[in-house]
Amino acid sequence: MTMVETSGLARRFGRLTAVDGLNLAVGPGEIFGLLGPNGAGKTTVIKMLTTLLPPTAGTAVVAGYDVRRQPARVRASIGYVPQLISVDGALSGYENLLIFAKLYGVPRAVRRGRIADALDFAGLSEAARREVRGYSGGMVRRLELAMAMLHRPKVLFLDEPTVGLDPVARQAVWQQVRLLAREYGMTLFLTTHYMEEAELLCGRIMILNLGRVAAAGSPAELKQSIQQPDATLDMVFAHFTGHPLEAEHEGNYRDISRTRRNLARLG
Amino acid sequence: MRETIATYPEPGATSPASVDRSCGGQPRWLGQCLTLAEMELRKLRRDPTELLTRAVQPALWLLVFGEVFTRIHAIPTGDLRYLDFLAPGVLAQSVLFIAIFYGISVIWERDLGLVHKLLVSPASRAALVLGKALSAGVRGLSQGFIVYGLAWLLGVKMNWHPLALLGVAVTVLLGAAVFSTFSLIIACIVKTRERFMGIGQILTMPLFFASNAMYPVALMPDWLKAVAHINPLTYEVDAIRALMIQGGATAYGIGADFAVLTLALALLTTISSRLYPNLAR
Repeated sequence: MTMVETSGLARRFGRLTAVDGLNLAVGPGEIFGLLGPNGAGKTTVIKMLTTLLPPTAGTAVVAGYDVRRQPARVRASIGYVPQLISVDGALSGYENLLIFAKLYGVPRAVRRGRIADALDFAGLSEAARREVRGYSGGMVRRLELAMAMLHRPKVLFLDEPTVGLDPVARQAVWQQVRLLAREYGMTLFLTTHYMEEAELLCGRIMILNLGRVAAAGSPAELKQSIQQPDATLDMVFAHFTGHPLEAEHEGNYRDISRTRRNLARLG
Repeated sequence: MRETIATYPEPGATSPASVDRSCGGQPRWLGQCLTLAEMELRKLRRDPTELLTRAVQPALWLLVFGEVFTRIHAIPTGDLRYLDFLAPGVLAQSVLFIAIFYGISVIWERDLGLVHKLLVSPASRAALVLGKALSAGVRGLSQGFIVYGLAWLLGVKMNWHPLALLGVAVTVLLGAAVFSTFSLIIACIVKTRERFMGIGQILTMPLFFASNAMYPVALMPDWLKAVAHINPLTYEVDAIRALMIQGGATAYGIGADFAVLTLALALLTTISSRLYPNLAR
């Protein structure tokens, strides 16, 4: 059984086609990476798969449920960590976990144990009672991952999980992601534009460019495919997207100011 | 050994009936609403300064406006002293001001990623909207305490019967829910803080003045009467006036007041639940 499967999935915004005829299949326990320059359609894909955005055409089945016909079922089966901050800074780490455990209907009998487990998983047991606005960027991200696994989703969607983090904090997030796949048996679907991250974490990756699939396969396969000696994933990325450094579709002013503001907050 | 996914019943594997109801038999959406209100309460507990700053405005209305207008007998309010007439209006007004700007919290949550995360949770859209409404109600109730305290200090003849107090609490919750849900609709449409603040400012004063909060509807010109009669604030004030003050009378009947507020809430919740997902698009 596949955990995420799309067929001809497309999304248009007015005249702009953000995602165009996407076909993909992700199996259980896989860590799947969606890559691409800014504006390639990665976030749009995640929004469609998490039922935030209805597709314009095509189908998507997540954890066995159709995103269009059974959105409530899909939502009960998945976890999601958006690119932006999704914890409440005015509450403590523990309170954030408690509120989401309740919202996700984690049964009362196991709630306490789950939260303790999540805090341990995030390495935040000691900081649990502190307000989240005093957390470092890495701590916030680890808390978000912990919140997303409270209800043991089958599929976990991570949108740019390490954006804005320092190298040490990134390592910690990578370790968490691997743990979720290995020990909790979750399927992970993540977007990133760090090639290093994709290579280290993902069994399979897909490179998206202008809403279409530019390339797909394991990191090794992709490196082979460009037939250059000592190929790196950076070279693969540049080869398939034609955006070696500067992305043409950087997103608009609002997106950028939002991202920067959040990065500043993550500090 | 960590608990693995297999030990927890798969969410999708449960029957539809058990999806909608939690184990206690309490509808799941109600639990979700209460959880969101709990989130608000926890935030208020951590930072209660806002509650105190919110006390300034009703204090000014009662102390300055109320005292002066009571003395000059400018507004005929029958057997009721003007200050006694005004106190329920000030309570409703301070609840209105909190509720009408409540939508900004979802714009804030949208600029973070909290709205996205809530929308991907199993909570229904209506539960998310009503949870916000209940959170606004919690803040409204805190205003109730403040206005009751002020009114009592100023010698307003209050009705302390427990049922009357309960009635006021329910009316405040309903009123806050109606206007915060209205506010949420605006937030879902305009999506930015700047535009939202502008529209909020435009709305509050007309809603306040075109109601029976400061003067009886009977004194109004006909066109304003018509507006006052479709303004939910009028019915909120009417119910509070009847329940909060000794000798306070209702113009429309408390049952009718509750019915209007409940209907307005149902209508606004329906619209709001449809628009809420727009915030994440």
